[in-house]
Amino acid sequence: MCLGFPGKLIEMDDFKAVVDIDGTRREVSLMMLPDEVVLGDYVMVHAGFAIAKMDPDEAQKTLEALREFADLLDEEGQL
Amino acid sequence: MKFVKDFRDRELAEKLLAAISREADTSRVYRFMEVCGSHTMAVSRFGLRSLLPKNIELVSGPGCPVCVTPQWEIDAIFEIASREDVTIVTFGDMIRVPGSRGESLQKLRADGADIRIVFSPLDTLKIAEETGKNTVFIGIGFETTAPTAAALAKTAKELGTANVFVAPFCKTVPEVMDVLLADETLEIDGFLCPGHVSVVTGLDIYKAVTAQKRSAVVTGFEPLDILSSVLEMVRQHNKGEYEVKNFYTRAVKNEGNLKAQALLKEVFYQADTDWRGLGRIPKSGLRFRDEYQSVDALAKFGIQETGVTDLKGCKCGDVLKGKMKPSACPMFDNGCTPQNPYGPCMVSSEGSCSAYYKYER
Ligand code: SF4
Ligand code: SF4
Repeated sequence: MCLGFPGKLIEMDDFKAVVDIDGTRREVSLMMLPDEVVLGDYVMVHAGFAIAKMDPDEAQKTLEALREFADLLDEEGQL
Repeated sequence: MKFVKDFRDRELAEKLLAAISREADTSRVYRFMEVCGSHTMAVSRFGLRSLLPKNIELVSGPGCPVCVTPQWEIDAIFEIASREDVTIVTFGDMIRVPGSRGESLQKLRADGADIRIVFSPLDTLKIAEETGKNTVFIGIGFETTAPTAAALAKTAKELGTANVFVAPFCKTVPEVMDVLLADETLEIDGFLCPGHVSVVTGLDIYKAVTAQKRSAVVTGFEPLDILSSVLEMVRQHNKGEYEVKNFYTRAVKNEGNLKAQALLKEVFYQADTDWRGLGRIPKSGLRFRDEYQSVDALAKFGIQETGVTDLKGCKCGDVLKGKMKPSACPMFDNGCTPQNPYGPCMVSSEGSCSAYYKYER
């Protein structure tokens, strides 16, 4: 029930915005979003509210860290 | 898309699984609980339970608000719903939850009750304006959802809307985790912490977990998120060093969403409340502060708390504690199915029973 979906901001005024979630347009409230956003940013949408900015750089960093996390062991395993 | 597909990379998943197998100490068992139903769903859907080494047990916990709503709250909702002067506004998850006499919002609606399903609590305002009737939003959820109910209450109050009410049935996660940890029969070594709850709360609420030498990793809902978290937990236990980790940094900030936290504090206070199958848990419920009495559905309709009575024969209590696998409930697929649920854990798509029914039968 408290699912969050990444939505791309495609329209925005003060407290309201429209996001694209997998091709579906949804109106969301921005009143709970703590971060500054601009059109094109991704936000996590839950129950009609944007609750967090989603950070693609962080996603990339996590993936890189995961690779290291898994690979490190590969090397150690061969010792 | 970046946030989803990359986190399903098969090759990397296999590497993580290999690392887990190599590092997991075969002389012991690791028991990790998914607090959140969406984690349970993901674990079931991607078949992770069967891919992990046998001595790593992933058990599902109380992670769905629909599942943990006690019978008296459900019955109170039905009582309000059957009044002629009322429109009920709810998320779709609630619509099929069975009451103690077999009723559900769906059935009440078929009998003429005015029940509307919405995506956003704020839609309640529009509906109230259209109908002019007393319009009651069913506020069920954890810290992810509770701020959205608080936002509705605050907006209604600011607009001076006289016919919008909220049933304050939201619950908080750290308190129930405490109860589960304190129960020695459950033997929980660590928690996969709920990603979306953590978006709001941040990481500090899990410090109590690591202080008790249990691991706590906040993570997302894709296979790589879950596998890397399991690996991290195994490593923490092997080293005997425990630290709350954030593996969902693409959405969760360490401090959480301060705006949402402030909104919660402004509108609600923490009160003792009842959980299905788990009993009364101190300070785990959210009730309206005095300034918000005018939107409180409990005050408006004179609802009394009647205490816990659970459905006969339904093993949700044991399922929610990770004590019993859903498939071990005598009613599982035997009088209780997603098409015809007996207990709430089979209703909600994130309920453990429904996840097992769909993917692990
Ligand atoms: S409501 Fe859903 S997503 Fe949120 S904690 Fe519960 S099961 Fe997880
Ligand atoms: S299978 Fe049905 S009756 Fe049994 S615990 Fe799950 S929901 Fe309850």
